[in-house]
Amino acid sequence: MKSPTLAYYRDLMLVLLAKEFKVRYKNTLLGYAWSLVHPLLFAGVFFLVFRVLMRVETEAPYVLFLITALFPWQWFANSVNAANFFFLANSSLIKKVRFPREFLVFAGVLNDLVHFVISIPVIVVFLLWFGYRPSVHWVWQVPVLVAVQFFITQGLALIVATSNLFFRDLERLTGIFMLLWFYLTPVIYPRGLLVEKGCTWMLYANPMASLIVCWREVFLNGTLPPLMLGAAAGFGLVTFLVGRALYRSLEWRFAEIV
Amino acid sequence: MSEDVVIRLENVTKSYRLGSVAKAGVKDLVLHLPTHLRERRRQRLFEALRDVSFEVARGECLGIIGRNGSGKSTTLGLIAGVLRPSAGRIETHGRICPLLELGAGFHFELTGTENIVLNGILLGMTRREIDERMAEIVAFSGLGDFVHRPVRVYSAGMVARLGFAVAVHLDPDILLVDEVLAVGDLAFQGKCLERMEGFRASGTTMVFVSHSLGDVERICDRVAFLDAGRLLDLGEPRTVISAYKDHLRRRNLRERS
Repeated sequence: MKSPTLAYYRDLMLVLLAKEFKVRYKNTLLGYAWSLVHPLLFAGVFFLVFRVLMRVETEAPYVLFLITALFPWQWFANSVNAANFFFLANSSLIKKVRFPREFLVFAGVLNDLVHFVISIPVIVVFLLWFGYRPSVHWVWQVPVLVAVQFFITQGLALIVATSNLFFRDLERLTGIFMLLWFYLTPVIYPRGLLVEKGCTWMLYANPMASLIVCWREVFLNGTLPPLMLGAAAGFGLVTFLVGRALYRSLEWRFAEIV
Repeated sequence: MSEDVVIRLENVTKSYRLGSVAKAGVKDLVLHLPTHLRERRRQRLFEALRDVSFEVARGECLGIIGRNGSGKSTTLGLIAGVLRPSAGRIETHGRICPLLELGAGFHFELTGTENIVLNGILLGMTRREIDERMAEIVAFSGLGDFVHRPVRVYSAGMVARLGFAVAVHLDPDILLVDEVLAVGDLAFQGKCLERMEGFRASGTTMVFVSHSLGDVERICDRVAFLDAGRLLDLGEPRTVISAYKDHLRRRNLRERS
């Protein structure tokens, strides 16, 4: 049997990614703008609550402080939440056709990654507005963090997408779980708050906490704290391998249960 | 495996676990954990196929007939490689393409051409192969300018034509056809059958599952008759089909008395 070539996998990935993209933008005039409006609206709400009403003190202007962490978080959260449907939405194909199903998850995660990347200019505009300058080190720092976050996200998305086939109410739990995770991660409040309360371990025990701290350091100061990066990368590798192992061990049963 | 055999099933058994926790959900699992554990131990297995063996030669068309739940689709799933046998061995040689239920794998927000690319790639074609055949596929579908409009605005018949157009241009070594002819009007069914005869003439191996015994007799070289997961008969179409009809008649009589 002719085994699929690398070119086939590349094509498969591109076609699935293009599909995700087109489906999202069909029938929406706002298109690109819409994908920015959504995170900005969130940012607006958090700004109102945490800066204006609760007066959280941060080292940088709160808007900057917020969006440098919120935008990467949304890539992660959107992918994991959507992962519930990556396999389920293609059940008729899974039942009949043998193709590498993990590419459905891959394309979904890449789609959200692309949306994150195209939101980086918005971060830059805000930085410039407040008198910050983008750093030349971003050239390698941003790709490194994108890679680490990709591994965490893809791993978790594989776990969620696979498990949801076996436990169909997982989607509800995922939503609640992600919300909880969001509040346990220093996105809307500074990590100093965790350190102050003697919860420094929470920064290292939570893969997204160390990663979010890295993103913020990169965008605001052009520095990448090595310890935090190491923690995030370690988590990324483990999550990815666990997700892949779970997918591999259950994939042969997909057609039976979808 | 000899050169000429492209599909071989050897003592294949496929069983499913009945009453699996799947679909019940996490909540159900947690709330009824003790029951689940107890039941898991004495869970019965449902045998969809039992000890089935047959071979399909290159260029041959095998029909599979049997009542609902006799294991026909399971057999196709096993050949397609989406299901794994519980026991026994399966060997296949060449590119296998299942003819999907019409419209399966289409995205209704995408246009006809976009769906051709999507469907083609999921069925194993590379981008280049699809692009090379695009004009041909569009022409075969007879959709005209509609291929540039979202599938959402298509009639059911148009969706069927698009799906069939993609499938028949896949150039498979082995084509799996599962009762797709049931949908679509008579003209369309006629076109499908014509195309399948074309496939047969060009030496494509086919496995054809259908309840339409006339079509089976017309297209197939040999027919397998499955009942309750067992291969009851395999051979010349006319003989096997009449054996199947006898079986149905006896069964009906038994049920009536």
